[in-house]
Amino acid sequence: MARKDDVGRRGEDCAAEYLVRCGYTLIERNWRCSQGEIDLIVARGGDVVFVEVKTRSGTGYGHPFEAITVAKLARLRRLAGAWCEQSALSARRIRIDAIAVIARSGQEPLVEHLEGIF
Amino acid sequence: MGLARTHSVALIGLAGSIVEVEADISNQLPGMRVIGLPDAALAEAAERVRAAAKNSGTALNSHKLTVNLSPAALRKHGSGFDLAIALACLAADNIVQPGSVAAVVHIGELALDGRLRPTPGMLPAVIAAARCGYQTVMVPAGNAEEAGLVPGIRVVGVASLRDALIWHGAALQPVDVDVLHATVEEDRADESLDLLDVVGNDEAILALQVAAAGGHHVFMLGPPGAGKTMLAARLPGLLPDLGAAASLEVSSIRSLSGRPVGRSLVIRPPLEAPHHTITAAAMVGGGSGQIRPGAAVRASHGVLFLDEAPEFNAAVLDALRQPLESGQISIHRANAVAHFPARFQLVLAANPCPCGQYGVGDQECTCPPNARRRYLARLSGPLLDRIDIQLGVTRVTAAELRLAAAEGRLSSAVARARVLAARAAAADRLAGTPWTLNSEVQGSWLRGRSTRLDAPVTAMLDRALERGGITMRGYDRILRVAWSIADLTGVARPGPDEVGQALYLRKGLAS
Repeated sequence: MARKDDVGRRGEDCAAEYLVRCGYTLIERNWRCSQGEIDLIVARGGDVVFVEVKTRSGTGYGHPFEAITVAKLARLRRLAGAWCEQSALSARRIRIDAIAVIARSGQEPLVEHLEGIF
Repeated sequence: MGLARTHSVALIGLAGSIVEVEADISNQLPGMRVIGLPDAALAEAAERVRAAAKNSGTALNSHKLTVNLSPAALRKHGSGFDLAIALACLAADNIVQPGSVAAVVHIGELALDGRLRPTPGMLPAVIAAARCGYQTVMVPAGNAEEAGLVPGIRVVGVASLRDALIWHGAALQPVDVDVLHATVEEDRADESLDLLDVVGNDEAILALQVAAAGGHHVFMLGPPGAGKTMLAARLPGLLPDLGAAASLEVSSIRSLSGRPVGRSLVIRPPLEAPHHTITAAAMVGGGSGQIRPGAAVRASHGVLFLDEAPEFNAAVLDALRQPLESGQISIHRANAVAHFPARFQLVLAANPCPCGQYGVGDQECTCPPNARRRYLARLSGPLLDRIDIQLGVTRVTAAELRLAAAEGRLSSAVARARVLAARAAAADRLAGTPWTLNSEVQGSWLRGRSTRLDAPVTAMLDRALERGGITMRGYDRILRVAWSIADLTGVARPGPDEVGQALYLRKGLAS
């Protein structure tokens, strides 16, 4: 496994833990279809939330959120639609969130959460 | 998440209006958006501000920044808003005190390293801020002297964004930087042009003084080498120094055209001598986005000299008729109307025919008669009708050259003193009227009860009018020039001599 995949995997773990602590229920991790992958799908109080997790081991290449481009956001919306179609769960409302994890080596990872990113 | 606001100035022509710059930080993906009709240079402010803030020791907030320039419907141009945008963004993030930032007008372009670049149009922008009642304006250190010329407003010159942040109460360590200065081109000193250099041509020298005394427009006709250009270049040297309001206006126009203003206001009248290939837009001003002043505007309160006048495009010459009449140029574009002052003294010079030899004693003109007629007909009647002094200039003869060495010639300093005295006399007489110069006075006032000249004095003029040699408008213009000559020679009222001379200066071409 490449090092970057490892960093990403650990970031997703951090984000999932964080969301569970905030009272969300984890529905899916790394849900895949032909169009791509959703990092985390969680639910709380009738809201289904699709979460894009970005992990960096530092901010030398910019803040993790800066890597979420307009094209990536558009793909997330398509993927959210695709998940809703195949899922038995009927979501009252859906939302797309982003979580940035800055995991500097030897430090506690820093988690930032943005709700409703469009 | 925060919100903060500050102020800057948008210029349309010479008129500035205050623009409120608001910045809002919202919980969104990182980004910066500038809204409120910015042009391309202003939309790029986002990148400059981001880099400048990072290099000044305090990066912008990593959430979404929305910057609004209000009034939103007014188009904004240029890079002068950078400082205001940066400070609004950092005040929204509570890095500086929002209250302090809101009370100050900020003007200046940012370099990527955080230093402030001098910005063109500083003088009119600061004048606008002072007029709108603001107490303090923050400008680049390279512009501070220029901004300091405006009375009644406190000017804070800062070298970098870091200094600006510290001034507004940010907890940063000051760092010394080199101040960015505007690239200054040395002004050619026109004081070196003296009337002493002119040999012969006594009538032309008198005509120049009359023109300077009364503010009359001049048309000089003569063969190449007669010294028309030389004479015209010496007219600004005869004009008195500019008054306070005029000097602020001339300096503002300089600043707006991107030329350096320096540490004191311009006090000498400007001279503009555009080439004859000039377009109408370059003459009166124009531009689709930012409306810029043209040559006629830059000549305001000074001299506009058109050498080889018939070679100019007819449309360009006729575009001058509006400013000659109203002293103002209005430029209409789809998005705005700009008004510029354009009260200049027009000096035209022309050859008598395309080959230039017509009417010169020793050489023969090779132009066919219709070419000769067409050449001068390019100057339209309505334009020539607005020119009070029309005079023929002849080449200097060998005899004149020998004589000139012997007799004392007039220096510019002496001539300027005479002009000053003449203008004072005219202002004295015109006290209580809306005019200060003879060239501005209306004909009805000249022929009114208190200033009417006696019948014997105007007999020559009346005869010319009866014969149809001059029009009624021409009659009034000759009276104006006659008053200027009287002021210059120090007599209280024009006599037959002055009227005769004025008639000669008007109809000198016919002879």
